[in-house]
Amino acid sequence: MNAAFANQLARWGFAIIATILLLALLAPLIAPYDPDAIDVKAILLGPSATHWMGTDGLGRDVFSRMLFGSRISLLVGFVAVGIATAIGVILGAIAGFYRGWVDVVIMRLVDVMLSIPTFFLILAVIAFLTPSIWNIMIVIGLTSWMGVTRLVRAEFLSLREREYVLSAQTLGAKNRRLIFRHLLPNSLTPIIVSFVLGVASAVLVESGLSFLGLGVQPPQASWGNILTDGKEYIEFAWWLSLFPGLAILLTVLGYNLLGEGLRDALDPRTAKNTA
Amino acid sequence: MPRTPCIGMLFLLLSACGNGRDIPPANLDAPYPIEPGGTMVDAMSGEPSGLIPMIAGESAASAIASHIFNSLLKYDRDLELEGELAQSWEVSKDQKTITFRLKPNLKWADGAPLTSADVLFTWQLVTDDKTRTPYGSDYKLVNKAETPDALTFRASYAQPYAPALDSWAGLQILPKHLLEKQDINNTPFARKPVGSGYYRLEEWRSGERISLIRNPASALGPPRIDRLVSRFIPDPASQFLELMADNIDVMNLNPIQYARIVPARPELNKKIALYKELGNGYTYLGFNLRHQPFDDKRVRQAINYAINKQELIDGVLLGLGEPVAAPYKPGTRWVNPQLKPYAYDVEKARRLLKEAGFEDHDGDGILDRAGKPLAFEILTNQNKQREMSAVLIQRRLKEIGIDAKIRVLEWASFLGRYIKTGDFDVVVLGWSLSLDPDQFSIWHSSQNKPGQFNFINYNNPQVDKLLEQGRLELDPDKRMKIYHEFSRILLEDSPIVYLYEGYGLPAISKRVRGIDNTLPPAGIGYNSEQWYIPSPLRRTEISAQ
Amino acid sequence: MTRYLLKRLFWMVPLLIGISLISFFIMHLAPGDITTTEAAFNPKANEESRQKLRKLYHLDEPVLEQYGYWLQRMATLDFGTSFATHQRPVFWQKKDEHGNDQKGLIQEALPVTLLINVLSLGLIVVAALPLGVMSALYQNRPPDRAITVFVFVGFAVPGFWLALMLMYWLGVVHNWLPISGLHSLGHEKLELFAQWLDYAKHLAIPVFISALGGLAGISLFVKNGMLDVLHQDYITTARAKGLSENTVVYRHALRNALLPLITLLGLSIPGLIGGSVIAESLFAIPGMGKLFYDAVMMRDFPVIMGILTIGAALTLVGNLLADIAYAWADPRVRRGVMQ
Repeated sequence: MNAAFANQLARWGFAIIATILLLALLAPLIAPYDPDAIDVKAILLGPSATHWMGTDGLGRDVFSRMLFGSRISLLVGFVAVGIATAIGVILGAIAGFYRGWVDVVIMRLVDVMLSIPTFFLILAVIAFLTPSIWNIMIVIGLTSWMGVTRLVRAEFLSLREREYVLSAQTLGAKNRRLIFRHLLPNSLTPIIVSFVLGVASAVLVESGLSFLGLGVQPPQASWGNILTDGKEYIEFAWWLSLFPGLAILLTVLGYNLLGEGLRDALDPRTAKNTA
Repeated sequence: MPRTPCIGMLFLLLSACGNGRDIPPANLDAPYPIEPGGTMVDAMSGEPSGLIPMIAGESAASAIASHIFNSLLKYDRDLELEGELAQSWEVSKDQKTITFRLKPNLKWADGAPLTSADVLFTWQLVTDDKTRTPYGSDYKLVNKAETPDALTFRASYAQPYAPALDSWAGLQILPKHLLEKQDINNTPFARKPVGSGYYRLEEWRSGERISLIRNPASALGPPRIDRLVSRFIPDPASQFLELMADNIDVMNLNPIQYARIVPARPELNKKIALYKELGNGYTYLGFNLRHQPFDDKRVRQAINYAINKQELIDGVLLGLGEPVAAPYKPGTRWVNPQLKPYAYDVEKARRLLKEAGFEDHDGDGILDRAGKPLAFEILTNQNKQREMSAVLIQRRLKEIGIDAKIRVLEWASFLGRYIKTGDFDVVVLGWSLSLDPDQFSIWHSSQNKPGQFNFINYNNPQVDKLLEQGRLELDPDKRMKIYHEFSRILLEDSPIVYLYEGYGLPAISKRVRGIDNTLPPAGIGYNSEQWYIPSPLRRTEISAQ
Repeated sequence: MTRYLLKRLFWMVPLLIGISLISFFIMHLAPGDITTTEAAFNPKANEESRQKLRKLYHLDEPVLEQYGYWLQRMATLDFGTSFATHQRPVFWQKKDEHGNDQKGLIQEALPVTLLINVLSLGLIVVAALPLGVMSALYQNRPPDRAITVFVFVGFAVPGFWLALMLMYWLGVVHNWLPISGLHSLGHEKLELFAQWLDYAKHLAIPVFISALGGLAGISLFVKNGMLDVLHQDYITTARAKGLSENTVVYRHALRNALLPLITLLGLSIPGLIGGSVIAESLFAIPGMGKLFYDAVMMRDFPVIMGILTIGAALTLVGNLLADIAYAWADPRVRRGVMQ
């Protein structure tokens, strides 16, 4: 892990993510107001000493909603991408290791999934289930594992042909040992990187779903729905879109810097160069 | 090295083409004489699927079609019926036959004469089973339609039907000579219609805009503005930006834009005039009367008392709306002036719930009865105002110990999965108001099958009887009494909680003149053919949008 | 290789049928159909007429039978006609029985989406190449960091927010660019060049927004590819031979680093016909994203199926091309897959 911190950008990324995670965890302690407390006499007030980030269309404190909303936005990323990564690693490993018809079947499944737009799947599932936050996470997860699968498979295919794997195999190593001792650890870098980058995209997906009105249910706050609420008043009630916009930007940026930094640091080829 | 910084290139491009537009030098507040000509641009969020009003169901289609086609009758400034294509009409003594006399020398935009044969043809179309229209039911009650001569059309009903005249104001007459041999469901006529109205279609750019141009053969004389352009801009945020940039002339604002943004911006105030009109629909909270505990009137009334309607109007509409106590347009004769909305009265709500057996027995802060907590889901569709209303209601209900969750759904799922199946507790929805007081299809107990409009399953024999009487009674005063009584029972029964009726909030560029700003009951659009744009204020012919 | 290709091509038929079957079922799983959405809450519309419509569209029959009808039509490449727009052809223009030409919905929506996507992809590649190469050459030094932060900010900024800001800034405040739409009023009265300029001005912000989001991925791809190549023996050899740094970088390294880019471009083929409903709604552009979104919301089944099928076919072709390119670029994979 130390190597990751050799990279300054990754360090910045880590600092951003750590701060945001901390704020999300401590939300109930920091938030000056109940995030759902309505005040129809304080609709769309600009930022001030009493409301640091102003108030929204129902007079709720935007700062408090941002804090609580961060929990949703971050959770969506982790759970959704966790699901996707788990599925992707398992299927990719199987396909890449066993090859043959197993590979063909899995890859064709990937093709099928890639051919049906995620948006359509999400919409259908949301229409069918209920648009709760958990369902949204599951749906994003179930519809975004294909990239990881391709990645892990390619990694496995390539690693399998390496001399050390071939020699371990000729020496009689069992498949399980090959997978868990040789192949998986060596594919970990791209998996971690794709996880971190995936979390970043999931945060954006959530805000997109909120834009289409398919996000979390009111009165719950998420960065995406605060941002969407503000879009009609972007030049007037700028605080409604600026703060969640910046929060999303910083989070996604943080994850990406961290992910890229990790890639640079963990990748033996590039690490050589930085050392 | 191909080092082309694209971003820089883009901005270079931007500044290169940034020549601005000539701002109208003329004073937007000065008086100008009436003169014909000019173009008025408005924005629509949806594109019509076609311009045959009986086939295309959506509001975008009827908004545009109303400029192209005419009906026999129409509503005037004060919402009284007057002739449009009809010069006069006469209801027979037994009240079963209506005879319309057309204005002489009416013409279609292509020059062909418009006669009673066209009216008959349109009636045949709308009642034909092969026509894919949802609007046939009113006209199927006509058991005989005939045209004794080219200017006379007669419709006979099996029994008196009070909403008949209103229904003829809603049927836009189509040209027989162009549609006779066509399949009305997919005729190209829908994309290049020929009508008799003030305007005819000039151009329809798919997905972009429809332009209408003055119809010289208009049945009602020429309008003043030459050209109406409707641009399709799905996102209201973009529409407002276009209005600010003076690229569109007309748009309906939301309360925040109306009450906060425009007043705060002097440069907008200079360009745009704000108008206010009575809304033509109300928002309500409806109970599923099949479900417990909403079958208990006391529970419904308690919830009604627990909701602060003024707070909803202030919070959701920024005060730009009115409380309602009857399902009719305020200011019309059908509103029973004696009815008052349920006051916000928490004590009364608590007392009623207690009477109904709801108390907090287990001390969890939620009322319960027989071990079951008073908890339910408020369902609504993706509509910002309804969503906000639900949030405000949720909080008020919590204060008296009711646990309400909110679920917001996309329209088709909302209807298909919940309303049709009757699988819901409470909805926040709206009804738009027709001008005829008949609301048989919404409240009559026979109209409660899946897909029908009494989906809350309201069933009151007294109301059923009044609704049946109201349909048969053509005398306006007697009719009024019937519907006043109907409204009174409805309010008392509280199958729905009337939340509010929002104002329509059109913003119109100050270049458009001749607008009746005296709060006409029919809304400002009733005399839009009289609007005009003085030539010094017109846009340059080719504007940079 | 030929056998592999044939095998993949052969696979495409059952895959397409599978995808369409899945799509068809998902579509019907979602509640509601065209008769629930059309004129749904107009009190004047009644249930019998809706039943009538359902019958006309075969919506009252079992899903599998409906799928049968659809497949039968598809066998002759007939994408059918839309419910919501009253029988307009889904895909391409058709003559109706009266000899009138009706344009297809996809036919109208596709060109503008394709244009925006191709322009934005071009812009991305043009910008990503220098950015990626610079990043690789100055790895972990200030230019690399600045580029990395820049492309990531581009990726991370919520697109619709930036779009609205640009529309406000460039359209309302400065009046430099049009805010929404594709053609100005009076466009047809302009000269040809002015027409082009007008069109270009309308597309500027949408293309820019669309490109900004994709820049990060491709520029990093180029950077990593370059890094990979720069550490390989033949580059070291080239340097050792005393070739100039420019020759090494552009003649030898970049060319090889570009190979994997082909894979990526192959994978983006299906993306070219898909628009973003968010961007298209904001900019009032009648493209594929809006068409699909509206069709889903209206439950306009033929249109949904038409777009999904075309998208699926393109995806399959794109994947195949990507796999071939990938195998071609990496001999190890070639051995692994195509024995």
